[in-house]
Amino acid sequence: MRVVIAEDLFLLRDGLIRLLEAYGLEVAAAVDNGPDLRRAVLQERPDVAVVDVRLPPSFTDEGLRAALQARREVPGLPILVLSQYVEQLYARELLADGAGAVGYLLKDRVLDGRQFVEAVTRVAAGGTVMDPEVIARLLTRSGPDQALARLSPRERQVLELVAEGRSNAAIAQQLVITERAIAKHTSTIFTKLDLQPSDDDNRRVLAVLAYLGR
Amino acid sequence: MLCVLAVAVTFAGLGFGLLLIPGTLLAVRRLANRTRRLAGEWCGVDIAVPYLPQPAADGEDPGFWLRFGRLLTDQATWRDLLWMTVDSSVGWVLTLVPAALVLWGLFGIAMPAVWSPIVHAGGNNWYAMIEVTSALTAWLCVPLGAAFVALGLWSGPHLLRPYGRFARSMLAPTRRAELALRVQHLTESRSDVVDTGAAQVRQIERDLHDGAQARLVAMGMTLDAAERVLDDNPAAARALLVEARDASARALAELRNLVRGIHPPVLADRGLADAVRALALDSPMKTHLVADLPGRPQAPVESAAYFAVSELLANVVKHAQAAEVWIDMRYERGLLRIDVTDDGQGGADASAGSGLRGIERRLGAFDGILALSSPPGGPTVVTMELPCELSSPKTSSS
Repeated sequence: MRVVIAEDLFLLRDGLIRLLEAYGLEVAAAVDNGPDLRRAVLQERPDVAVVDVRLPPSFTDEGLRAALQARREVPGLPILVLSQYVEQLYARELLADGAGAVGYLLKDRVLDGRQFVEAVTRVAAGGTVMDPEVIARLLTRSGPDQALARLSPRERQVLELVAEGRSNAAIAQQLVITERAIAKHTSTIFTKLDLQPSDDDNRRVLAVLAYLGR
Repeated sequence: MLCVLAVAVTFAGLGFGLLLIPGTLLAVRRLANRTRRLAGEWCGVDIAVPYLPQPAADGEDPGFWLRFGRLLTDQATWRDLLWMTVDSSVGWVLTLVPAALVLWGLFGIAMPAVWSPIVHAGGNNWYAMIEVTSALTAWLCVPLGAAFVALGLWSGPHLLRPYGRFARSMLAPTRRAELALRVQHLTESRSDVVDTGAAQVRQIERDLHDGAQARLVAMGMTLDAAERVLDDNPAAARALLVEARDASARALAELRNLVRGIHPPVLADRGLADAVRALALDSPMKTHLVADLPGRPQAPVESAAYFAVSELLANVVKHAQAAEVWIDMRYERGLLRIDVTDDGQGGADASAGSGLRGIERRLGAFDGILALSSPPGGPTVVTMELPCELSSPKTSSS
């Protein structure tokens, strides 16, 4: 799997390259600014771009904008955006085209290498990955929502993991219960929230995110 | 009032008269303030209050003599006294003229009924330029009287404005007083800004010292311990490494919160409208935002406005029991105007909570103001205005 990295801090860029290569991914290009990211993506056509939100030259949300621009030029390009902080506003913009193949994670998540590489692979495969902090904030925001209040604590836990973009298998592993039990939980959740059930992982997470983000 | 003052001054020699002076002067101020308010309401002439602030209204009592001195040295005190003297004649005349005209006119209209007793008793038989000697001439007075009544009624409202202007000429702050008040305001807001800034820096220092710095030290020690047991007890070393990683994650989270409190990244990235939109997305209430800003204010103003809205929303969550909030931001004639309305229980009091005071002070540093309307039962509307200039919008932030 070929990856393009855009990160302006040398230490982090170097760390990302080493981490991804250690897990057998190929880093096709590693750049340190927005315009270079677009060029690298057009030239290398990677399976996924891993992009820092804040990049030169403007040191604002340059990375996010460059990534969205690159995605318009290379339709369907999977992008995983990394940031020192998460904003629902940016999560929404990434999800706006409804196509999936996007990820939005705190930089802290690279500390757990295995999970991070898993997230990169999932986005490359067209999946959606949202940071637990985005989900937690979406859930507090939907606090007074009656439908959410009807979920059991376990169902709420499952819902959070679904919203982060995990598959049933991954959720089962994390909560140490069987995949069948997870499948049962998800179907109850979807019924309680009045959502169209879906076997497709990506359509499922997009539906849940749309529900929480209303 | 003047009489009381005269009495007070007269008895000053006896000692107790002195004690009457400050109270009387303050009463004069109340009277003058009422005129200022009435001039705004009735004459459409706004008059600012010119008095220099009294020393330490909420702190300890500065003592009788200091207060006395402040009163006597405030130029506005003497202008008030001048106004009271002049107003008792000019104001009297200005208010009397319409009433006199109306009464004189009514007398003219009544002339056919009353002329003969007056004339036969040898009274004055002139009404303006008409010599009343018969019923016919008396009837001639009727239209003239009606004209006087009309003139009196017409002149009343038209004299209000000149009266207002007359009051303003004496009651409004002089240029010097205006400047003195301005200096006073700037001194206060500057010391507020400096205090707040210093307190913030101290807080940041403490947060770094107790938070990230301490965690990094702990992390180093954990890693050191892991290194020591690595060969003998790999399982324990692994556990220590996991602990170190968790500590680094916590340090990162703390730093992130710290940065957000200093200057939220989304504000730097996108400007006020999107930063408030991000706040709205994080708010547990249903929040509607209308933002019409053709550009970005200077960074300090932007930051003040952002934190003001952020604090208001936090206030609403804490106190108002509201389900919905409406935020309206627009820029008009050099003013950034932000309305925050909630459908909560109302009854908010700016003087009770330090929250609104804090926002007011924050805005005050930029000559901004905050107005609160919060009747019991709601809705609560907070309006903030900040004078500022907008830079041209960044085309890239579309």
